[in-house]
Parts: sequence; C-alpha cells; structure tokens
Amino acid sequence: MSNASTKTSGGFPNPLQWIGVGILATCQELGRLAIFASRVKFAALTPRWFVGAILRQMVSIGFYSLPVVGLSAIFIGAALALNIYSGGSRFGAEQFVPTIVVLGITRELGVVITGLMLAGRVSAGIAAEVGAMRVTEQIDALKTLSANPFRYLYAPRFLAAMVTLPILVLIADIIGVMGGWLVSTQALDFDSTVYLRNTLDFVTIEDVAVGLIKAVVFGGVIAIMGCYHGANSKAGATGVGRAATLSMVSAAVLVLGLNYVMSTLFESIGL
Amino acid sequence: MTLSILELRGVEKSFGRNHVLRGVDLDVAPGQSLVVLGGSGSGKSVMLKNALGLMTPDAGNIFFDGEDVTRDQGRSRDAMRARIGMLFQSAALFDSLTVWENVAFRLIHADRLKRKEAKERAIASLKKVRLGASVADLRPAELSGGMQKRVGLARAIISEPDLIFFDEPTTGLDPITADAINDLIIEQVKGLGAASISITHDMASARKIADEIAMLFEGKIIWRGPASMIDHSGNAYVDQFVHGRAEGPIQPSI
Ligand SMILES: Nc1ncnc2c1ncn2[C@@H]1O[C@H](COP(=O)(O)OP(=O)(O)OP(=O)(O)O)[C@@H](O)[C@H]1O
Ligand SMILES: [Mg+2]
Repeated sequence: MSNASTKTSGGFPNPLQWIGVGILATCQELGRLAIFASRVKFAALTPRWFVGAILRQMVSIGFYSLPVVGLSAIFIGAALALNIYSGGSRFGAEQFVPTIVVLGITRELGVVITGLMLAGRVSAGIAAEVGAMRVTEQIDALKTLSANPFRYLYAPRFLAAMVTLPILVLIADIIGVMGGWLVSTQALDFDSTVYLRNTLDFVTIEDVAVGLIKAVVFGGVIAIMGCYHGANSKAGATGVGRAATLSMVSAAVLVLGLNYVMSTLFESIGL
Repeated sequence: MTLSILELRGVEKSFGRNHVLRGVDLDVAPGQSLVVLGGSGSGKSVMLKNALGLMTPDAGNIFFDGEDVTRDQGRSRDAMRARIGMLFQSAALFDSLTVWENVAFRLIHADRLKRKEAKERAIASLKKVRLGASVADLRPAELSGGMQKRVGLARAIISEPDLIFFDEPTTGLDPITADAINDLIIEQVKGLGAASISITHDMASARKIADEIAMLFEGKIIWRGPASMIDHSGNAYVDQFVHGRAEGPIQPSI
C-alpha cells in the first residue's frame, strides 16, 4: 500500500516504525493471499468447470513431472538404504534397512521430495505463465470475453495439482523403495526376496495414506502459490522472473513447514 | 437527445502519486463514433480499462445503458461485457490458443457454440480484417505485429457488440490495410448501429472514422466537438496536437 512507506516527520528513521510498517505489510499480503486462495477454492468446487483445461493441466503438471520425480525418488531411496545400513551396522541392526527405507519413503521422503521438486517445476512454471499472461494483458482480455480467470486459469491448475500430486507420490514411493532395494541387493548383500517380503510385511496402508494426504495439500499449495505470484507479477521480464522465484521459494518453504505440521498432527491422532 | 450507451462522470484514477485521470466526463451514443486524442501516457488506455471495469475508479461513476456499473461484479458485469468488444493496444491474444480459437473465444466459452460453427464464424470475422483462412490455425506468435492487431480486431467485433473500444486500431499497419480497418470501423458503427470509442494518434484515421473528437489532457477532457471542427477548434492544445508541432502549450514533462 502506498501509505505504508511514509517517512517519519523528524527525518530520523524510527526503528519501531520500520517494524510496524513491516508487520502491516506482511499482514496485508497474507490477507490478500487468503482471499485469493479462497476464491480459487470456490471456483474449483462450484461449476462451471473447464474440463479441457483441467485435463491439459493434469498432463503438464503430472505426466511431464514423472522423469524428475522418478529420478529424485530412486536416488533418495538408494542413499537412504546406504545410510541406514552404515548407521545400523554400528549396533548390528542392518536387518532393519528394508523396513526403515519403506517407512521413511512413504511417510516422509517420497512426498517431501516430490513436493519440493514440483515447487520448482510446477509452481515456478505456473507463476511464469500466468505472470506473462498478466503483463501482456491476456488476463484482462479473458475478463472482457466473460471468462473468469479464477475458473478458466487458476481452478484447473489447482484441481490438476491436487489430483496428480498423490499419484506422483505413489509412484515416487514405489520407485524410492526400488532404489533402496537395488542398492541393498547389488551393493550390500541382501537377499532380494527377503528384502521385498520385509518391506511388504512391514508397511501399512496408513503409512502410505499419510504421504498421500500430505500430497493433496502440497498440490493445492504449489498451484496457489504459482497462480498468486503470477497474477501479481510486475511488468517486464524481471517482474515475471521475480514472480517465478517468489512462487518457488514460498511453495518450497510452505511444503516443508506444512509437512512438519501435518506430521505432528498425524502423530497426535496415532496415524 | 438519444440516451448514451456509455457515460463516464467525474472519473478519477491515480497510481500512487501519478494522478492519471482527474475527472473525466465522456459519453457516447448508439451509432456514434467517438475518437479520443491525447499524448502518449495521458491515460487513454487507463480510461478504457476503467470503463470496462478492469480497473476501479478512485472516484466518479460509470454508466452503461443508463445503469451505474462502477462497482459491478459477477453476473451483471459479465452481462455488460457481453455487449462490449475491446481491441487492446497490445492485441492481448492468448498465445496458448490458435488464431481462430482466439477470435472465437467468446463464442466457444461464453455462448457455448459448437467448435465447427465457431470456426466458420471466426474465419468470416478474420476476412473482415483482411486475413485469409490460412492464418486460422497458426499461433499468435507466428504472426507479425500488424496481423496480431487485426486478429485482436476480429475478436473484438465477432459477436457484433453494442459498444466497441478500439485502442489504436491502425497503429503498425500499412496505409492500405489501415484504410480497410477504417472502413471496417465505419461499417460496424453505421451498418450495425454500434457505438465506438477509438483511441488513435493517426490523424488521417481520426478524420475518417470520427463523428466527434475529444481530447484528453492532464486527466481531463479539455475539448470535444464534431470531427469537421477539428481544424478550427479554437483550442491551442488541440491545434498543436492535430498539427503535430513540438512548439506550443503542450510541453513534455521532463
Ligand atoms: N497498471 C498500472 N500501474 C501503474 N501505473 C499505470 C498502470 N497502467 C498505466 N499506468 C500509468 O498511467 C499513465 C497512463 O497510461 P496509459 O497506458 O493510459 O497511457 P496512454 O494514454 O494509453 O498512452 P499511449 O498513447 O502511449 O498508449 C502512465 O503514466 C502509466 O505509467
Ligand atoms: Mg495506450
């Protein structure tokens, strides 16, 4: 807001005023974000839905993220297995490698890694696309043609991300466990059948569900941060670039923060 | 006197300390072609965006067909926009869609026409702006600036709106195409009875298409009169603008 930057009358900067201005500006930004997010949710939950746009977004958010998600998952699973092995061998607990790998991947790492990679690939991508549309007046043009950008642009991205992220996480879980299995059977001397049986006997539906519930939330956060920063992009290549950076950073921090909050929550209800 | 289809009354708009519009009064009647002149950065595009509700005025009111629409949202805003066509200065084509999907956007999404029928109408509309069916399946990025402008024009007129805004319709066009666009604007207004507000720096175009000419300067309409009066406006600012002189009362703000 313009009045948020008023100078002190004495000319000497007052630190309390700086803090006050900062807090006010942050509250305003959070308020705007909350209003924006609730409008996206409302548009996503009520007709009319642009089915074509939703499907296109599912392909671009979901399908094209498969390589990066798969690669990240296999390396994380492999590294996890190695670390647990070398840690566990200090007190003769090497046999816990398969169980700890599957638990770590499904409850935590699969979804966090997928969330972080998509904060980069998807959130920044949405922010750049929407930002470019804003600064070239395409969003204004949408409105003049009676197409509500919340329905036509933002809701399809929001819905597509919330639907595809759990699917990606499920795939990341499987590939991550395979990464652990590969290292354990090739580099360490685990028996393949025993490893897989230990994995499947130990993992529960709840472990997987915890990751998938987190994934739905992360999908929504990633899409909303991309749309919000894009829709507020300033003019020019620097403005759009800044929107992409901001959306990536804020989505990544939110993914990690919400992951902790939800882990605490699930822990307290015994999931 | 006929009822005006659009009326701006005392519209003000500022961006921080930049007071762009300082009380604009303007109206246009059905069947009337109004041209608005004004220096670069004088707020002509901002004025159109306020009229369309893409920006909300800080003060003043906007009336469309007799109704106060200044703060309209949702359905009533859509109902108003369904009757208005807008050519953006930058064309503002959707670069994820093909040319014909751009032109037919309203038909497909708001009017829910079948794609085949929408495409036929898009091609007919493209023809009016002298673009052949061969460009229909291209992407906007594959067109020249002047061609994009004409696609924007085809999109603005396709649903035969009651009011059309043309933000610099002939900028970037060769003289022959520019004149064809002038004829097209006249046809829309005289043939279909629409009202139009055109912004232009092209005096030849202004003389040809305008019934009336208005001049925006320092956030206000400082002169308005019939197009035939433009050379005898008796206003030093208008005179300087029309004759394109660097010397005169309008001085660049440095
Ligand atoms: N979204 C915006 N945010 C801040 N300032 C703006 C915005 N849009 C326009 N302005 C400012 O408003 C003023 C008028 O801009 P506008 O685009 O209406 O000019 P114009 O009369 O259309 O000029 P031109 O003939 O060059 O197109 C300019 O000083 C511009 O910087
Ligand atoms: Mg302009």
